[in-house]
Amino acid sequence: MELASRTSNPAFPTMLSGDIIREADEAHAYTTGRKTVGSPFVDNPRMTCRDVEVYYGEKCAINKISIDVDCNEVLAMIGPSGCGKSTFLRCLNRMNDTVPSCRVIGEIRLDNIDIYHPSIDVVPLRARVGMVFQKPNPFPKSIYDNVAYGPRIHGLTKNKAELDEIVETSIMKAGLWNEVKDRLQEPGTGLSGGQQQRLCIARAIAVSPEVILMDEPCSALDPIATAKVEELIAELRTQFSIVIVTHAMQQAARVSQRTAYFHLGDLIEVGPTDKIFTNPKHRLTEDYITGRFG
Amino acid sequence: MNSIETTSDLLKPTTRLKRRYRVERWFKRLGLTAIALSLSFVAFLFFTIFSDGYTAFKQSYIELEVHFAAEEFSQEKLANADYPGLVKHAMRTMFPEVTSREGKKFLYSLISPAAAYTLQNMVEADPKMIGTTQKVWVLADDDVDMLMKGKIDRSLGEGNRRVRDIQLAWIDRLESENRLETRFNKTFFTTGDSREPELAGILGAVKGSFFTLLITLSLSFPIGVAAAVYLEEFAPENKWTDLIEININNLAAVPSIIFGLLGLAIFINFWGLPRSTPMVGGLVLTLMTLPTIIIAGRASLKSVPPSIREAALGVGASKMQTVTHHVLPLAMPGMLTGTIIGMAQALGETAPLLMIGMVAFIVDVPGGITDPSAVLPVQIYLWADSPERGFTEKTAAAIMILLTFLIAMNSLAVFLRKKFEIKW
Ligand SMILES: Nc1ncnc2c1ncn2[C@@H]1O[C@H](COP(=O)(O)OP(=O)(O)OP(=O)(O)O)[C@@H](O)[C@H]1O
Ligand SMILES: [Mg+2]
Repeated sequence: MELASRTSNPAFPTMLSGDIIREADEAHAYTTGRKTVGSPFVDNPRMTCRDVEVYYGEKCAINKISIDVDCNEVLAMIGPSGCGKSTFLRCLNRMNDTVPSCRVIGEIRLDNIDIYHPSIDVVPLRARVGMVFQKPNPFPKSIYDNVAYGPRIHGLTKNKAELDEIVETSIMKAGLWNEVKDRLQEPGTGLSGGQQQRLCIARAIAVSPEVILMDEPCSALDPIATAKVEELIAELRTQFSIVIVTHAMQQAARVSQRTAYFHLGDLIEVGPTDKIFTNPKHRLTEDYITGRFG
Repeated sequence: MNSIETTSDLLKPTTRLKRRYRVERWFKRLGLTAIALSLSFVAFLFFTIFSDGYTAFKQSYIELEVHFAAEEFSQEKLANADYPGLVKHAMRTMFPEVTSREGKKFLYSLISPAAAYTLQNMVEADPKMIGTTQKVWVLADDDVDMLMKGKIDRSLGEGNRRVRDIQLAWIDRLESENRLETRFNKTFFTTGDSREPELAGILGAVKGSFFTLLITLSLSFPIGVAAAVYLEEFAPENKWTDLIEININNLAAVPSIIFGLLGLAIFINFWGLPRSTPMVGGLVLTLMTLPTIIIAGRASLKSVPPSIREAALGVGASKMQTVTHHVLPLAMPGMLTGTIIGMAQALGETAPLLMIGMVAFIVDVPGGITDPSAVLPVQIYLWADSPERGFTEKTAAAIMILLTFLIAMNSLAVFLRKKFEIKW
């Protein structure tokens, strides 16, 4: 059903039959360039995205999305599988550059600098916008080297003592210090899944990014490890902006301040998390969070 | 099938089930037979090579009492003295009863022509020897050697064997006087090729192979790794890349003699590099090994999980840093394995080297990559082609040495693979 509507109207695929009023609403929003319901924009944004489109070859995966990421907030992105959450997230630190067929149109700014400007170097960009992946992916090196790798390649430290300090504080911030302080030279791949994921978070924060992107960081973890990572996210918010993709709606409700709902490449609704979960404005959002489809 | 039957199945196998088990048993037996058969072939191969070849590591020596008469060394250069004459004189004094011309000829032929060089080396090393009489162990002729090793049948009629009755008697006498014995064959490991089996050694070929492989390794490893890394990590995905990939795969299947012809045309005729040398041989074998290394390299690069690349890129490593810090170290064991297997192939390769003249008869042990030299497999080919009985055991011995190198290289490859296998 969703697919059918998508093929019949690729430019505006979210129209489902019924609800004529909302359709009209959306049509209006679309023509004025603001089809998204709710409050996608904030006053002092860390990142701004305007009319972002992403294509894989000819296929449109993200369709004119505009949204801001605030400072010191956790922005959750939810939506059914294949709706483009990961794709959009990976635009924010240009990880999509590694996909040859991928094309990004529109404007994404970090602290008012256009990150897709031809003169922008992705290496420092990715140091400022860190990323944590779905599956924990520590390097097959020691725990210490995993965390020290970023500071080393970016030349953030002058000597070993400084590096030691960065490693220690990063692991501490990631809430892993007590578990690994005696075995820093052991391979990071020898840790448990949850510990590995926190090690990856430590690795990401070791280069002091401004924004941390997390793509379903807990989907490979058990509930206890998940709780630890969620706790960690809440703490990290005091220093970083965090954008997190998740399939667990309770998780989004627990950790985030704002939530964005994606549907087949469109950003349907953005709003404060409690509003989205208690009082969604858009029919599709409501259907999704009440579990009617997804 | 109703439920009662099914439960009884559990206790008593049906005929259908029995048949299935019988097929399985047969299959296992067939597999075992195949393995036993192939193992017995290998065992047979090793047995024949070893039983033919182990005697080559021993060589017969004869003790002479040589009088270095001062008048023989009247000329100003020591090298001009008549050393073969000294040997003959020593033989005559040992067997004074031999007087006929023919008898003397048979007598002298018990000693290898190399004996004269042994004497010359002794005198040149220590000229004070002149005027004295010394006991010297010199190489026996290869026919004597073959007889000592039981490879000439004494019971045959005189006309059918290479050793005369009268020579047999002398040999027996020498043996009973403890003047003829077999010792460890140092010559085999310290000299190059020779027309005389007792003088022929493997060192020239081993060094030739070493220099050739050195060239091959130092060219094909960096080029192969760089090509694999570029194709796997950097090349854009388009039809040129596809074309290159197809061509590399095809190159791996090209018969090696074609590479020899190519080398002859380009390296020797066009570039004018010296023929029969490890340099040209190494270049030709590089052409041959490159596809193997590139294919193995790409396979091991592919097996590095993409999550590692993403992790490195995600903390801001450049593409180059991602490759050199993470991907390449993880792919290295596989690349090394592929390289060693390619090298082992190159070590055993003969056909392309024949095309570039490495089949020449070369006595000198090569000192560098531009000296003409033989390589191990070609040496085997040359010796196997020689009519002298003494070369048969040399051939087998050379095969043993080649196999030793091959097995060592392949075990190294297995060892590396096991040692650096990454556990995730
Ligand atoms: N490398 C790629 N090449 C081509 N198409 C892709 C690629 N990656 C993603 N897509 C397509 O883009 C669309 C969005 O994919 P994306 O991975 O962003 O979805 P998602 O919302 O993250 O889904 P999930 O919740 O399952 O992770 C999908 O239709 C997918 O098939
Ligand atoms: Mg995803």
